[in-house]
This record gives sequence, C-alpha cells and structure tokens, in this order.
Amino acid sequence: MPEETKGPDSVLPQPEGAKAPAETAFTGTPPAAAGAESKPSEAAKPPVAAKSAVPAAAKPPAAPAKPTGPVPEPWESEFVAQMRQQYGSGIEEALRYLGQTYLTVDQSILPEILRRMRDDEGFDYCVDITAVHYPKREQQFDMVYVLYSFPKNERTRVKTRIKDGEHVPSAVAIWETANWLEREVFDMFGIVFDGHPGLKRILLPDEWKGHPLRKDYDILLQDREWVQANLGIVSGQ
Amino acid sequence: MSEKIDTSYLDLDTKDETFLDSTELVLNMGPQHPSTHGVLRVILKLDGEKVLGTECIIGYLHRGVEKIGENRTYTMFNPYVDRMDYVAAVSNGLGYCETVEKLLSVEAPPRAQYIRVILTELCRISSHQVWLGTHALDIGALTPLFYAFRDREEILKIFEKYCGARLTTHAFRIGGCIYETYDGFEQDVKKFCEFFIPKLDEYEELLTTNRIWVTRTKGVGILNPEDCIALGVTGPVLRASGVKWDLRKAQPYEGYQNFDFEIPTGVNGDTYDRYLVRVAEMRQSVRILQQAIEAIPTGPIMAKVPKVIKPPVGEVYHSIEAPKGELGYFIVSDGSTQPYRVRVRPPSFVNLQALDKMVRGLLVADVVAVIGTLDIVLGEVDR
Repeated sequence: MPEETKGPDSVLPQPEGAKAPAETAFTGTPPAAAGAESKPSEAAKPPVAAKSAVPAAAKPPAAPAKPTGPVPEPWESEFVAQMRQQYGSGIEEALRYLGQTYLTVDQSILPEILRRMRDDEGFDYCVDITAVHYPKREQQFDMVYVLYSFPKNERTRVKTRIKDGEHVPSAVAIWETANWLEREVFDMFGIVFDGHPGLKRILLPDEWKGHPLRKDYDILLQDREWVQANLGIVSGQ
Repeated sequence: MSEKIDTSYLDLDTKDETFLDSTELVLNMGPQHPSTHGVLRVILKLDGEKVLGTECIIGYLHRGVEKIGENRTYTMFNPYVDRMDYVAAVSNGLGYCETVEKLLSVEAPPRAQYIRVILTELCRISSHQVWLGTHALDIGALTPLFYAFRDREEILKIFEKYCGARLTTHAFRIGGCIYETYDGFEQDVKKFCEFFIPKLDEYEELLTTNRIWVTRTKGVGILNPEDCIALGVTGPVLRASGVKWDLRKAQPYEGYQNFDFEIPTGVNGDTYDRYLVRVAEMRQSVRILQQAIEAIPTGPIMAKVPKVIKPPVGEVYHSIEAPKGELGYFIVSDGSTQPYRVRVRPPSFVNLQALDKMVRGLLVADVVAVIGTLDIVLGEVDR
C-alpha cells in the first residue's frame, strides 16, 4: 500500500510513463510470459514485501483505536503553490491522505476553480459529485467533486463547505455529467444548484418530503403520507 | 353475426390540423417493458417515429443503499453492495472491500488477490453474457440468449462451488477472501477457459456478420469521444468510442499490472462497435484467467485485519473497472465502526445519462437497441 500510494505522485503524471515502470518492475516475474512453475513464488514477492510492511502500520489501530492512523499531510506541489498565490485564503486546505489529494476551497471561488481545473489543469472528466452532512458544524455540508484527468492519469478532489440552505453554482456548464449527479445531491441532501437546467428529484418520487442522506433523517423515517397514498400501506418497514 | 358498432364515441370529424399538423407525440415506454432491462421508464418525444428527445424516470428500485451503509458496520454493509449490480456482484464486492482496505492501509495477500482477479474476471464474462443475450434478444435475435445463458451457467457453477451462492456471492471480505478455493477449482477454471473460447466464436458466428444485426446496430447511437468524456461515460461504451482507457491499466489495482492483456477499442462509437468491444473484452478476460490460474501463489488468503473494523478518521475514493465502467466508492470514516458516509459512484447511472444524446434523431426501435448497448442494470442505477 505505501508503494502504491506514493506511486501516483512520481510515476503517474503520464499514462505512458505510468505503464512503463509497472511493466519493467514486473518483467522479472511475469506470471505467464515465462510460464515456469517456479515463477509463482517469485511473482508473489512484491506484494509480500508490501504486505509485511503494512500490517505493522495497520495493526496498532486494533488495540489503541485511532491515534496511530495515518494523518492527512499537506499537499505540496507547484500547482498548489500557484493556486495559493492566486487565490490566497480562498484555498482553505490542500491535503494528501493515503496518497489521494484534495483541495478545500472557499465557496465563492468554487466555479472559478472548477472551470480552471478543467480548462487549464486538464481534469476533463468529472467522476462524481456528492455531499457529506455534518450537522454539528456551522457549515453543515461538504460538497465533494471527484475529478480525473485523462491526459495526466491523475485523480483529485475539490471540496467546499456550505451552510444549510446555501446555494451552490451548478457545474453542468463545465461537465455535462454533473446534471444527474447534482440532481441526486439535491434529492438526497436538499442542496440547491443555481443554474441547473432541470433541478428536480431523481431517485425519489417528486412529491417525497425530506432528504434521506441528511444525518437528521432517521433510517426508519420515511414519508408516511406518500407511502400511504401511493402504496396503500401504513409503513414500508 | 355482425353487430353495428357504436361509433358515437369516436370523434370522426377530426380536423386536419390536429392530425397532420401535429408533429409531436409523447410516448411512454416502461417501466414495465421487457426491453428496459428492469424498471426504467423513458418518456419519448416523437415526430412520427423519429425521436426528438427523451427523459428517463428512474428510482423504482431505490433502496437507499448509501443510507443503509451509514447505519451498518463496515463488515455488515459488505453483502449489501452485491445487490446493486446484481449481474456483477463480485465486482461490487471487490470495489467495496478494496476501498475499506485502503482506509485501513491493508492489502490483501497475493493468493487472495489472484482469487479475486479470477472471480472478478469470471464475473465480467458472465455480466457480458447477460448483456449479449438480452441485447440480442431486444434486437430480435433469440438464439444468443440461450447460448449465453447456457454458457454462463458454467461460471455460476464455479461461484456456487466456491462460496455457495450463484448471484449475490459475497465472495470477498475486507482484507482478502474468507474461503480457500475448493478442490478442483483450478481445473474448473481451466476447463471453462477451454470451453468458452469456441463458444465465443459461436456467438460471433451468429452475430458479427449477421446482416440484420449489422443493419440494426451499425451507425446507431453514436457517441464521440468528447461527448463520452463530458458525460462521464466509462467502460466499454467509452472504449468503443476509441478512448483506450481501462482502470485496470491506467491505475492498476489488485495486481492487474502482473497480467498481460489488451484494451480493445472501437472506432465509430456505435452500437456495433460496442458489441465488438465487449466480445473482445471477454476474450481478454479469458487471457487473464489463464495467466492467473497458472501463476496463483500459495499462502494466506486473509490479511491481518482487526476483528472489529475501525478505520482511522479520513476519507478515501477508490474505483475499479467493473464490467459496466468505473465503479467508485467514496467512504468517509469518523473512526467508528460504521462508515460516516458511503457514496457509490455507479457506472450504470452515469452511463444512462448519455441515452438522450445517443437516441436523438433515431427511430423508436433504435431506442431499444441503445438501451441494450448501454448495458445498464437498474439495481445499480437506482441503488
């Protein structure tokens, strides 16, 4: 795992570059190319090496719970430095956790950052848009944009924090795929996207009340009125 | 016995303008329609038989999987993910287990990885077989359905022997596999590989040069690479448009870098190319299977994971190449035994969004072909 997580940083920027080291690293022990009986044990070696290193790191959490887990570390790169210089405190956090990077930006510059990520940084594929609800925080919601760049073979996340009831500018103009993904976020969290071409519920019926993925929405809670009227039963439970 | 038909209810003096000038017709397709592969409802706006636009109504199978995830422990949630894409349950489980392992900074032991690769590739083949059978059936070729399901049985038998279940297998656990392979597992997989290649030729013989098949699929539902990327379409649909991108190669997981296989791609991005890509993918899966079964190492099948899984505080996004495209899990851990948030990025859901773009200007019958070629599973779309 540590090998894999450190890998993307140095190796992954170009797909070709990524492939070549992987191939050279394993040509010594190809499972079938050589086809010899003694190979399996050799082929097993690299993962074993990784494994022996990992449980040592993973074991402590079993006994004293959390304190020994990996901690997000600052994400230092030219790109982040550039962003910080341009947007100053608009970039709230730039962290790396388990080899994955994410930027937390201020809500006001979100559309600008997203557009920049696509146009200048090459993140042409918006993998996913979702939200996380933290009811105890003042800014209750985390909006999460998972982005991927085909030219760089790189993944990153852009996050922003918003208050309950605050609107988020829609990303449909940047990535078409945002359409349904934002509708799902609206359906599940009740976050409204400004400029969305047709913001309505997608998975739940239009008349449904409440947004199930909010933390205050109990797992047994449901829109009884709707269930009774449409399914003819008292409760779905 | 001729009774006079009461025509009073017919408005016989229909005006010309209501008839000839009306260019738009709204037609409802589904949710109970055999060619929608489950419970997909599509509202079609038509001009004669030409499709002007569509709207998908989904959610009929919504079970709140993500909400359930927040209320179950990491271990308890594992079987639930099988129920999303139920024709490729193994892939779903793999993605979930890997994501939690990533959170725990654990890696499955090599033997477990090989078992996982073997089962996942078998699962990919079986998923593509279901697609092939039903897609061909939608277009009017009845035989491939029987052929595909007959041969899929061999895979399901291996699953059944391995873990007791045929569809929703729950084959993997966080940290590896729980079951050691049964006696004769290797032979069964080898036998399947030998058995399956001629069967693939058989499918191709039935369809690839079949004139009706070619007419119904060539040039239908074209997606160009730019649209694919903008719409977030992944999997065989993306590859058929000529983008050589497969997560198994781009960001290898589970030791896929050890295997020698190719990424088949198409040229035109039409239904026919997607058919060719998926068939070629099945051949590549057989190649992976043959290599994996030769090289499967001995050793433990379970990494050292605590009995009670409590990942440290943090969040992680991890995705795998499921038969239908990029299947991603975004898990936020608050350090407790239950995930704080589980987000599933389902390939079918995102791919289905491309339907509207693909069918505009086509005929109603082509809509059926395009839904089939997208290879959606409504259990995964609705979750």
